[in-house]
Amino acid sequence: MDALNFFANVDWAEIWLATIDTMIMLFGSLFFTVLLGLPLGVLLFLCGPRQMFEQKGVYALLSLIVNILRSLPFIILLIVMIPFTVLITGTSLGVAGAIPPLVVGATPFFARLVETALREVDRGIIEATQSMGATTRQIITNALLPEARPGIFAAITVTAITLVSYTAMAGVVGAGGLGDLAIRFGYQRFQTDVMVVTVVMLLVLVQVLQSLGDKLVVHFSRK
Amino acid sequence: MIEFQHVHKTYRVAGREIPALNPTSLTIEDGQVFGLIGHSGAGKSTMLRLINRLEEPSGGKIIVDGEDVTAFNATQLRGFRQQVGMIFQHFNLLASKTVADNVALPLTLAGELSRSEIDKRVTELLARVGLQDHARKYPAQLSGGQKQRVGIARALSTNPKILLCDEATSALDPQTTASVLQLLAEINRELKLTIVLITHEMDVIRRVCDRVAVMDAGQIVEQGSVAEVFLHPQHPTTKRFVQEDEQVDEGEQRDDFAHVPGRIVRLTFQGDATYAPLLGTVARETGVDYSILAGRIDRIKDVPYGQLTLAVTGGDMEAAFDRFTAADVHMEVLR
Repeated sequence: MDALNFFANVDWAEIWLATIDTMIMLFGSLFFTVLLGLPLGVLLFLCGPRQMFEQKGVYALLSLIVNILRSLPFIILLIVMIPFTVLITGTSLGVAGAIPPLVVGATPFFARLVETALREVDRGIIEATQSMGATTRQIITNALLPEARPGIFAAITVTAITLVSYTAMAGVVGAGGLGDLAIRFGYQRFQTDVMVVTVVMLLVLVQVLQSLGDKLVVHFSRK
Repeated sequence: MIEFQHVHKTYRVAGREIPALNPTSLTIEDGQVFGLIGHSGAGKSTMLRLINRLEEPSGGKIIVDGEDVTAFNATQLRGFRQQVGMIFQHFNLLASKTVADNVALPLTLAGELSRSEIDKRVTELLARVGLQDHARKYPAQLSGGQKQRVGIARALSTNPKILLCDEATSALDPQTTASVLQLLAEINRELKLTIVLITHEMDVIRRVCDRVAVMDAGQIVEQGSVAEVFLHPQHPTTKRFVQEDEQVDEGEQRDDFAHVPGRIVRLTFQGDATYAPLLGTVARETGVDYSILAGRIDRIKDVPYGQLTLAVTGGDMEAAFDRFTAADVHMEVLR
């Protein structure tokens, strides 16, 4: 069997469109995840045990919400979210319909990673900045976030890769993208060639994200 | 002037009150290098952090230049902290910022100077600590001593009147320690800056401090001028620190001296007396013989001192002792 025959079922235009859809879902949801997750992570950190604004009640509540969202299987979240998604985007289908559940699924995960990255910052740095007469806002923007930058880029990378697999799942509710192709053609119609191509595309995407993330982490590590 | 008035501090750990500092009063004069020495857990670190309220006191007042620091609100406290520099054992530099940006940080936070004024000030400060060629480097590219110099430049950036040093040389090797201490002494002399430092090494106290307070179990057990405390320690804790510095084991020494005939005295010379040919003169005039059992000649800050332990035999011993006492020498009869 020659190579061309093996890819007989593959509609390359379709693959290309699906790849674009996946990218839009990925970067759209990543953007909102970082936008919401970063402040949430900072809040979790500040309210956490033995931190600047230790607030046991607030921390316990935030923690609980984050844990509930994280323990909910994404496929369930996808379905539970439908009414809410329709409310925001006007549709539960396609790329626009996938982004809200993706963001809700990834934000708590990302926020936890940010919290961990901030905890890695030496307490002495915070103390030194306090001793200069910095306000809490200044401590966060001038010391904590710059010092945690490698950790935060690592968190964004891990989150982006998690989102890639989430977008594939979002195919189930008709979100489009590579995952959708893999399910509808590769799985349901037994077109192994489509399955192989979509999986390879996803693999390439993950590889590119990981090496890009690693480069950023190294660049900002200054060590 | 920094005044502690009955300041105390207790921590609450798991519902229990743990005292860190018993009610303490202390005065630190302007322009002094004041050392607080103690073992870990003695309360010295708490004491230092109370000055800029990185630790909140449980009671008492801390008055700095007539103002009650303990009564400051958040805004006043931030203003006050800008006038108090601080350096740390582990330097606490921001790894993500260059040397120049680290030094500029307090100025950037204060937000009073323009970018070009800040750059000018940073250049000046880096020249002062001898790091003008390292401005664009990151802390990870520097040695420990260089990092502490960056820390010092950073602490001086806002022209503070007080510099707090938290075990600033404890992470450095002896040679680097000496050069950092020299820099601190220089800064104290030239900028008329009050320096409060904490350490667990008597050597650090001896090299740079004017006055010292010895802390043990949450209180000051002895204080005075460094020469006084160092040469004539009273409290057991102080004696231990001095012996550590001199690397003398008292028990061993007592055993050694047991075999020596005659009286044993310890003479302490200070200043010019250190170089006077006293021993020879007295021995000739009174006919006593002496042998030196232990001795040390060194400096306390800039003043030379000598401390000799002698075994004295024969001759007119009382006359010899009178001569020692009459000269500018402190004599202690050990046996």
